Amino acid sequence: KNRDGKKAREEGGQKKDRGKTVPNKDQKESENKEKKTTKRGKEGENKQKKGRKNSTSSASSNSSDEESLSEEELAMLKEQVEQKKKLISTMRNKPWRMVKKLSVLREAQDFVEKFEGALGKGKGKKLYAYKMMMAKKWVKFKRDFENFKTQCIPWEMKIKEVESHFGSSVASYFIFLRWMYGVNLVLFGLIFGLVIIPEVLMGMPYGSLPRKTVPRAEQETAMDFSVLWDFEGYIKYSALFYGYYNNQRTIGWLKYRLPMAYFMVGISVFGYSLMVVIRSMARNANESTADGDDDNFIFSWKMFTSWDYLIGNPETADNKFASITTSFKESIVDEQESNKDENIHLRRFLRVLANVLIICCLCGSGYLIYFVVKRSQTFSKMQNVGWYERNEVEIVMSLLGMFCPPLFETIAALENYHPRIGLKWQLGRIFALFLGNLYTFLLALMDDVNEKLAEEDVVKNITHWTLLGHHNSSAGNDSTVTPPPLDPADVPRGPCWETTVGIEFVRLTVSDILVTYITILVGDFIRACFVRFVNYCWCWDLEAGFPSYAEFDISGNVLGLVFNQGMIWMGSFYAPGLVGINVLRLLTSMYFQCWAVMSSNVPHARVFKASKSNNFYMGLLLLILFLSLLPVAYTIMSLPPSFDCGPFSGKKRMYDVIQETIELDFPLFVAKIFSYVANPGLIIPAILLMVLTIYYLNAVSKAYQRANAELKKKMQMQREEEKNKRNNKASTNPMLQDLEDLLTPNMKTESPPKHAEDKKIESPNGSSPARKPGRGEALAGSPMAGRRGAALTPPSQVFVAQPRTLGVWAPYPGQPRPWGHPLGPVPGRGRGQPCFPRAAR
Amino acid sequence: RLKNPLLFEQEQLFLPVWQICRFWLHGRYHEMAPNVVPMDYTKDPDVKLPMQLIINMPELKENPFKERIVESFSEDGEGSLSFNDFVDMFSVLSEMAPRELKAIYAFKIYDFNTDNFICKADLEKTLNKLTREELTAEEITLVCEKVIEEADMDGDGKLGFADFENMISKAPDFLRI
Repeated sequence: KNRDGKKAREEGGQKKDRGKTVPNKDQKESENKEKKTTKRGKEGENKQKKGRKNSTSSASSNSSDEESLSEEELAMLKEQVEQKKKLISTMRNKPWRMVKKLSVLREAQDFVEKFEGALGKGKGKKLYAYKMMMAKKWVKFKRDFENFKTQCIPWEMKIKEVESHFGSSVASYFIFLRWMYGVNLVLFGLIFGLVIIPEVLMGMPYGSLPRKTVPRAEQETAMDFSVLWDFEGYIKYSALFYGYYNNQRTIGWLKYRLPMAYFMVGISVFGYSLMVVIRSMARNANESTADGDDDNFIFSWKMFTSWDYLIGNPETADNKFASITTSFKESIVDEQESNKDENIHLRRFLRVLANVLIICCLCGSGYLIYFVVKRSQTFSKMQNVGWYERNEVEIVMSLLGMFCPPLFETIAALENYHPRIGLKWQLGRIFALFLGNLYTFLLALMDDVNEKLAEEDVVKNITHWTLLGHHNSSAGNDSTVTPPPLDPADVPRGPCWETTVGIEFVRLTVSDILVTYITILVGDFIRACFVRFVNYCWCWDLEAGFPSYAEFDISGNVLGLVFNQGMIWMGSFYAPGLVGINVLRLLTSMYFQCWAVMSSNVPHARVFKASKSNNFYMGLLLLILFLSLLPVAYTIMSLPPSFDCGPFSGKKRMYDVIQETIELDFPLFVAKIFSYVANPGLIIPAILLMVLTIYYLNAVSKAYQRANAELKKKMQMQREEEKNKRNNKASTNPMLQDLEDLLTPNMKTESPPKHAEDKKIESPNGSSPARKPGRGEALAGSPMAGRRGAALTPPSQVFVAQPRTLGVWAPYPGQPRPWGHPLGPVPGRGRGQPCFPRAAR
Repeated sequence: RLKNPLLFEQEQLFLPVWQICRFWLHGRYHEMAPNVVPMDYTKDPDVKLPMQLIINMPELKENPFKERIVESFSEDGEGSLSFNDFVDMFSVLSEMAPRELKAIYAFKIYDFNTDNFICKADLEKTLNKLTREELTAEEITLVCEKVIEEADMDGDGKLGFADFENMISKAPDFLRI
């Protein structure tokens, strides 16, 4: 019955039996008997496998002889069939030769097919066969669907090409970009399909309402390109912005509830993004299992994993060889210098100085943005503003984003960190810079909004009186004639702060896009052209010297992408068309940047492992998502919507639309349920419960981490002990050294080192304590039992903490067993129980 | 172009279907030696391509371990690959193969003298191939000793498969193989 274990065993070196079951991949389903092949059998490399094959073939021949199947035979047959199926499904993961796999597969498939039908009895047989057939068809369908999905992944070849030239870290940026594109596409689909399309199809057309018409005063310039570029004019009064939407509760013949849809789509944008980011983080966290063990295998990893097997380009290969050599040399130097005394004080002082400088820079940039935004508010009140004054804010923000990061890098040279740590600091600082800029911008925007809100009251009055006046004048003499309605273009308008906010975000995004593209064009392409062509007539070698070709700045680009997404999230509630702009931007970015990378960049001279940065970037994205949710949530909850524009006009708060829908559209009891649920008496206990759950899960995870760390320590000690045994050295554990010194010298036999630190010394009364097998016994035995008298007072601790599972330490063949103790796991010795002295042997 | 399409079980491979589209891989295999590799695989021909042809493929050309890779997948250990071995090689090297399988083959690749242990000589050869012999002899010795010290769990002075697998399973970069 150990066939299962054998089947699951991997064929590796013959040294040890790993006994691990190979994980069942989803791509391969359990049964598919359609394709049979005609390969000849082949000798297996492992005798076990041969033996197994023989046994299975003999089993199959035995089974074929039996006609009448009794209960046990049926069960046994069923089990065999199951085993065969399992073999089929896991065969992909085995390292056998292809021909061998094919022959074993064919045999297993024959067996299963022959006897599967025989398993069902009588009428049940037909049903069973039918079920099997449907299962097979389902499996085939799923597999085909998976294949189809793989075929549909866009840009796969492009990314592979970049990867073969530049290595996997650069390609990871493009994979991230593609993922963002996917997320944005879904968001765009949501917004477009549920908000914009219904409005365009079923809502009132342009010009029918004041909010949908360009005001009379602006109509002459509404089509000018400069006005359109600023997103005023006709673009402002279109479905791309919040202000266009009408607050009619239902529109069209479908009775589509547009305001409700607008609100729900806004919320679900955030909900979907949150779900997608967290799911991606969880998947990444699953794959990266190494935690904190970074230093144990430096050289081994360098040797076995530094070569990038995806490199196909000679120039990249040369670079890779050079970087591997450099990396080895550096590690060797590190290793040799690790005992050297470093000047800690100087290093600390320099680091503090660097941090102070950088904080100064950050504060300076924050103040600059605030100042510029305040200035732009005074500008907007002036007439005759030039192009520069109008766009000053965006220009300043982009310039700061371009020049501060290199500045941070130069300052960071003072700190002298390991490159990977230095990179994390750099990323953190750039992140703080962008965040500060964004929030300063937001604060300034909030000032603007508050001003507009104050203005609104004034305009409301004006509008009211104007309409009244118009009615009176037009219905002046003849009261029976209904007064012609005022042309929508003439109605005085409120300031509509939501549209203003939306416009600001759209302009910021557009200018960010432009700056990025121009930077790439000038900084990479023009530079490459310059270096290439002017090099012929220049004094020094441009390619090797100062400008040289640019390297692809992965972290800068990723951060840019993350922040861009943050702005989209913030602005999409007020400008539904923003996500569409972003989708276009990502699409063109993909092609543009791929081209730029291949034509003007060179592979990194120094290749470092950005291995765990994936989750780092996802973490940044999550943080930005949360931070961009805050302003939107704040404005929804606390600011009153404009009175004359947008789907929530006329309400006191935007979320009143939910209340309204529940009252009017749902049956009565739903409203009651919601009112109960919204009761603070229910919500507060729910929040408390969640907090307690988090606390509990945190405690559990900490306990697991501790157990993990203990196990690692055990393994470490075991390794050291083995080595010591081999070298016949005295133990290296300092505590054991002390112990040995404590004991009388004639007791110095080969004393194996102790385990972990919480093992205390045994009571020495000639007792060999009941312990776990292996090392423990030898330890307890050698210094203590029997030979000594009670000359030494025993240390008072008899603590037997055994936090690890028994049986982990399978006894090693070479270990001394001086008293022939039984080696099974010792029963009944839990944690913390005192150790009872056994009778001396 | 391929006469008998049912050449191998799709499920036995990790490559997505459009890559293993028989035409593509068989086309690659065929174009290396058009005179030798038949188009028709119905009669189950016994055709093997020698190592020299295979290590000139663009995917392998720049790899310092190309000879070892091809040798590990060949049946006779000399480096000649039949079409099945060829497909097998691409399957294991593809990104969807599981980590354990890659670990097994990586161990085979780095085991130059095929004694199922990675001993010091193997390590030295690996290092020389990786750095194109730019390191001095003392540096090489130092690195090899460090590697054995780090990864050798059972203390026999060389890396068995268990040591290798234990070390590689913690490596964050390993799936790049």
